[in-house]
This record gives sequence, C-alpha cells and structure tokens, in this order.
Amino acid sequence: MNNLKVLVNGIVKENPTFVLLLGMCPTLGTTSSAINGMSMGLATMFVLILSNFIISLIKNLVPDMVRIPSYIVVIASLVTILQMVMQAYVPDIYATLGLFIPLIVVNCIILGRAEAFAAKNNPVASIFDGIGIGIGFTLALTLLGAVRELLGTGAIFGITLWGESYGMLMFVLAPGAFIALGFLIATVNKIRKA
Amino acid sequence: MVLVLTLITVVAGSALAYVNYVTAGQIEKIKAENLANGVKQVMGVGSDSQLDYTTEQSGDFTLYRSDRGIAVQSVTNGFGGALKVLVGFDNEGTVTGYTILEHAETPGLGAKAGEWFQKGQKGDITGKSPATTNFTVSKDGGDIDAITASTITSRAFLLAVQDAYDELLKANNPDAASAASAIDQKGGHDK
Repeated sequence: MNNLKVLVNGIVKENPTFVLLLGMCPTLGTTSSAINGMSMGLATMFVLILSNFIISLIKNLVPDMVRIPSYIVVIASLVTILQMVMQAYVPDIYATLGLFIPLIVVNCIILGRAEAFAAKNNPVASIFDGIGIGIGFTLALTLLGAVRELLGTGAIFGITLWGESYGMLMFVLAPGAFIALGFLIATVNKIRKA
Repeated sequence: MVLVLTLITVVAGSALAYVNYVTAGQIEKIKAENLANGVKQVMGVGSDSQLDYTTEQSGDFTLYRSDRGIAVQSVTNGFGGALKVLVGFDNEGTVTGYTILEHAETPGLGAKAGEWFQKGQKGDITGKSPATTNFTVSKDGGDIDAITASTITSRAFLLAVQDAYDELLKANNPDAASAASAIDQKGGHDK
C-alpha cells in the first residue's frame, strides 16, 4: 500500500466517523457548531499524526505486555503538550475548546490507529495514516457541526442565514446530534456504495 | 519490560516539564492581561485607557476597587462546574457590566451567558441594581429573562451577581452586612 492510498483510505474507505464509527463521544459532544467541530478535528489530527509517528518509532522497543500503558503515556503527554501550547499561544480557541482537549486522550481513534496501523507499519506510512484519518475525522465533524448549527440556530460558521428564532433547538442538544449523525451516516454510505 | 516503561515515562515527563517551563510564563501573562481587560470592560472603560485599581481578597471573593466603582469576582456552581464571574458596580451599586472569567457550561446553551446578559441583549442586567431589581430568573418570580433552555446556568449566573452585590455592601459598610442578607432572603432565590 503506497502512502497516497493510505491517506485516501483514512478519508473515504475507513472514515473514522462514518465507516468505523469510532470516537463517538467527541463527535457528538463537540459538534454544536461547525467551527467547534473543525477545531476539535484539527486538534485530534495533530495528536494523531504525532502519536502514530512516535508509536511507530518505538514499536520494536516496547514489549507486548506493556504496550498499552506505553502508548497511553505517549498519547497523554502529547495531549498535555497541546493543551499547554494552545493555552499560551491561541487563548481564544482554548477558551471554546478547553474542556474537550483532555478528552482526546481517551478518544478511541487515537489508540485504535496506534494498535491497528502504527504498531504494524513504518513511521512514514504511519504519518500518512494519521493525516488521512485526521482529515476524515475533521471533515466529518465539520459537516456534522455545520448541519446541526444550520438546523439548530439558522447560522453556519457563525454567519446567520435565517433568524435564530427559526432554529430547532433540539439540534444543538444531544438528541439532535444522534439524529443528524444517523442521517449523515446513511447518506454517506448510500453515496459510497453508488 | 519495567525498564522500557520507566524509560518512556521519564522521557514523557521531561518533555512535559520542558513545555511547561516554556509556556508557563506566557499563560500567566495572558491570565493577567485578561483580568486587567476584564476589570476595565466591566467598569465601562475602553481597553486602551488606563484604570488604576487595588485588589482586595475577601473569602471566595476578590474585589477590584477603583475611583469608578468596584468590580467583584464571584464564583458559583453552574451546570457543568464552577462559574466564575466578574461583575462591575458603580459607586451607587448599579451594574456597569460583567464578564465570565471561567465556565464549564454547555456550548451553544449555557455558554451563551457571556453575551446573554450584556447591554442590549435579551437578559440585559446592566444599568440595574440588585437593591431595586430582583436578580432571579422570571420563572422564579424575578425580573431577568433566563437563557433559553439554560435555566440552571442563568440561576447560577444571577446568584453570582447577587452574591457579588452582597459582598460589595459588606465591604463598603460592614454594619449593613445584616441588612444585605435580609434583602437576600426577601429575594428568595434558590441557593
């Protein structure tokens, strides 16, 4: 499998949200608006690329029995670094996403890719897998965020299309997240099979 | 096995210590700037102009006293965790503005508290004084409109403002502290 194929694989064939159905907590929790979904996707992508790369580098040094704790230490450290850097240099984004950043540690996409891909492939391919899955996740979260923001508040990326009074508040809340995600998965699968 | 795990944690620990060392100063600086800007904003002073204030600590409250009035930092329990609010009062005890310093409210719902109670918005609290206005949500018989679908956040926010006002009365006139708590009970808001 060449690197380009690995990249496209993460976006389409193994899209983490629409096909693998991984990482549902951040998917449903952070997508109350398009910009929140996109920021969460990008933050996750950053951690995923680095964790895939580092884990692929150390995979031969780590004995099988302690591989999960070792991977978690690597992932948790990367997330903490990301959190401190964001807090220091992009305080505005940190203010909106701060609550969700520590949750990236327990995002099963990251540990899932570490186990399924990075632990079996070379570092360069692992980086491409991180980019591909990261883009796939970011696209899915942005799309879901945009749909929910539009139906819930009548705006998209904060630009009002119709008044907030016409919005269905349910779509900003948890039930709307499940409904919107369900319809999106159905639509994407229909298109993928066609 | 133990060696590898120890090695990994040591490397990870040193990396974290280094990043913390690099970013800690910057994070402190941003927090201090936010606070100074927040005090100016709630006192109705432009962020370019100078406002001198002294800081007093009183229990859970922090008071920033300036010649335009006092800004009070007050904390209550919101829907998702601590809700830290900075409220500005002029010398007559009227609310001049507020800002949310820290919150863990639901994005898209309770997190709207940052705008909802500002001047010209639906739940406008500026220009009102807790002495004459009942700072509880209309559902509880008060005079302020709650954020749509976020009554708990709204209650917590208004309680924070009321607490800040009580603290202000206590700070300005220690004898009136008992009178303030009497008003508090008359207001009858849910603690």
